[in-house]
Amino acid sequence: MAAVRSQREVWTNRAAILAVLVALVVMLAPIYWITSTAFKPRNLATTVPPTVVFEPTIAPFVKLFVKRSQLREPVSEEVYDAAPWWEQMVLDGGEKVVRRGRTGEVRSSGYGKRFTNSLIVSIISTILAVSMGTLTAYGFSRFRVKGEDDLLFFILSTRMLPPVVVAIPMFLMYRTVGLNDTHLGLIILYTAFNLSFSVWIMKGFIDEIPREYEEAALVDGYTRIQAFFKIVLPEAMTGIAATAVFCFITAWNEYAFALIMTNRKAQTAPPFIPSQVGSGLPDWTVIAAGTFLFLLPVAIFTFLLRNHLLRGMSFGAIRK
Amino acid sequence: MSQIKLQNISKTFGVNKALRGLDLTIEDGEFFVLLGQTGAGKTTSLRIIAGLERPDDGKVLIDGQDVADWNAAERDVALVLQQYSLYPRLTVRGNLEFPLRSKIRGLNENQIKRRVEQAAETLHITPLLDRKVERLSGGEMQRVSIGRAIVREPRVFLMDEPLSALDAKLREVLRVELKKLHNELGATFLFVTHDQVEAMSMGDKIGVLNKGRLVQVGTPAEVYSNPVNTFVARAVGSPPMNLIDGQLSAGSASIGAGAFSLPVAANGGVDGRDLTFGVRPEDVTLESGAPVEGRVFDIEDHGVIKILTLEVGQNRLHATVPAQMSVKLDDSVRFGWKPEKVLMFDRGTGVNLAASA
Repeated sequence: MAAVRSQREVWTNRAAILAVLVALVVMLAPIYWITSTAFKPRNLATTVPPTVVFEPTIAPFVKLFVKRSQLREPVSEEVYDAAPWWEQMVLDGGEKVVRRGRTGEVRSSGYGKRFTNSLIVSIISTILAVSMGTLTAYGFSRFRVKGEDDLLFFILSTRMLPPVVVAIPMFLMYRTVGLNDTHLGLIILYTAFNLSFSVWIMKGFIDEIPREYEEAALVDGYTRIQAFFKIVLPEAMTGIAATAVFCFITAWNEYAFALIMTNRKAQTAPPFIPSQVGSGLPDWTVIAAGTFLFLLPVAIFTFLLRNHLLRGMSFGAIRK
Repeated sequence: MSQIKLQNISKTFGVNKALRGLDLTIEDGEFFVLLGQTGAGKTTSLRIIAGLERPDDGKVLIDGQDVADWNAAERDVALVLQQYSLYPRLTVRGNLEFPLRSKIRGLNENQIKRRVEQAAETLHITPLLDRKVERLSGGEMQRVSIGRAIVREPRVFLMDEPLSALDAKLREVLRVELKKLHNELGATFLFVTHDQVEAMSMGDKIGVLNKGRLVQVGTPAEVYSNPVNTFVARAVGSPPMNLIDGQLSAGSASIGAGAFSLPVAANGGVDGRDLTFGVRPEDVTLESGAPVEGRVFDIEDHGVIKILTLEVGQNRLHATVPAQMSVKLDDSVRFGWKPEKVLMFDRGTGVNLAASA
C-alpha cells in the first residue's frame, strides 16, 4: 500500500525518528558505559576523555570472584609463571589472590554467593507472588466477593507506604522472629511487596478472558480447578509472563530492604556491589563487571518471555 | 428419557429481577424454543438448567429428580453458545475431544476417536478436524460448537442463540440442520432465541418469555393464531399482527371514532368496552367490493408476496397480497378482513378475551 504523504508529514516523520534515536542513545549510554568499563584494563577505566578503543580483557571478572590484597612487592618470576592464567591477571594488576592459610584454597570475594542469593530470593518470590496473585485475581474476577472494591483497594494500599517508613519496624519484627539475614525473610518480604501488584495486573488480564470458556468446560464435565488449569491459565499466560517480568525486576533490583535486613548469609547483589567501592582504592572495572553480570538475568528473563510479552492478547475463537 | 421441569424459579441479580416464578415443562425429546427479548430471562433460565447459576427460589427437576445439588458436570447437559463457544488454542479435534477427555466419562482413546469422527461426519466438518479454531469461519465455528455438544451424547441440549451471530443465509442452513439433528438424535433440545422466525420455524413448542415470566406456551401454530395477549401477538409473526384500538358494537368492530367498521365473529357481552382488535396481515383481504377504503401508504415487495401498509384515518394496517397484484403508492384500495380470524384483546390489560373466557 503506497500511502500518499505530504512533504510536511515526511518531515514530521523524520523529526520523530530523530527524537527516538536521541532518546535511545540517552537510554543506552549508561549501559554502554558499564559494559565497556567491565572489559577495560584498570588504568583505562577512569581516563579523561574516556577511552573508546581498547583491547578488552576479562580481568575485571576474574577479580570480581576472588578475594584479593595489594602486593607489597612484585612476585618472583617463578611464582608468576607457576600461577594459572587467571591468577596472572590479578598479579598483573598489582594484587595477589588471597588463599586460605593451610589448604591454599582460593578465597571467594563473595560476589558469586550474593548473586546466587539474588537469584534464589527473586525467583522464589516471583513464583509465589505471581501464583498467589493469579489465584486471588481469579477469585475476584469470577466470584461475587462481598466488599470487592474495598478489598481490592486495601490490597493496593499496601503498596502506598514508602519502604523507608516500614523498614525500621520490619527490621525489629524480623529480628524478634529470627528472620533477619535469611533467604526466607527476604522472600516473604518481596512476595508481600509484589503481591498487590500481581493481583491487580492479573485481575485485569483475567477479566478479559471470557468466562464462557470455563463455563463450557464446567458443563463439559470438568471441575472448576480443572477448568482453571486447562482453560484459564493458558489464556492468561501473556498476563502471567508480563507480571512475572515486573515482579522479578522489582525483587532483583530491590536495595533498601536488602541493605537493612541482610548482611552476610542472605545478602543479595544490590547492597553488595556498592559496598565494594569503599574497600581500598575503588577498582571501577570490577564494580562495572559486577553490575554487568547483575544486568544479565533480567535481560535473559525478559528475552525468554518476549513472545508472551509482545503477542498481546489474542483470544482464539472470538469474532469481533 | 430427559424431561426438564422448572418449578416457580426466581432469580435476582442485584436490583434486577431476571426471573419471577417461572414454571416450565419441557418434555422428553421435544424441541422447545424459548422466545423473548433481551433481558426477558432466557439466558438465565438456560444457565439455571445447566447448573451455572443457582436459583434464589424454586426447583429444577430433570427426569423428576431435584438437581439442586448437582453441579454442571453432573447434570449431563450440553451447551452451545452464541460466541466464545470454542476453546481457543485447540484444533477442531481438540475441541471435540475436550468433553470426552473428562475423567467422569472414562472413555478410552478408541471410543473418543470414533465419537469425534462420527460427530464430524454428521456435521460435515471432517476436513476441518486438524485446523485451529482461530482459522474457522463463523458458520464453521458454530458447527464445531454443535459437534462438541453431540459427541457427549448428553441428556439435554441447551442452545443460547447459537445462530444469532451468523449471516442470514448460514442461519437458514443451520436451522434446517439443527432440526434434522434433533430428529436423528431424538434428544431434548432447549433453544433460546430472540428471533421469532427461528422460534416459529424450529420449535415443536414455543414458550414466550416477558420480564422473567412465561407468557404463553404452545405449538407455533397455537401461539401464532391464538396469542394470549397483545405482547405475544406483537412478538410472534412477521410482519406483526395488526393491533387496532376500537369498540365492539352489534357484531362489528368500529375503529377510531367511526373511521371504519368491520364485522367480527364476536362473542357477546363486550359491547362498548375498550378493545384492541388483532388481525394478521394475511387475513386482511383486498377486493374491489370490500367494505372499507384505504390509501396505500407503503409497499414492501418480498418476491412471493407484497406487504402493503394501508392508511385509514389515523390507523395503519399491514396486509399481505400476492406479488403479482399491481398496486402503487397512494392508490385507493378497498379492503376487508376475515371476521372469524379477528382476535379481541382487552385494551387495558392486553389479554385475549377468547383466552380468558
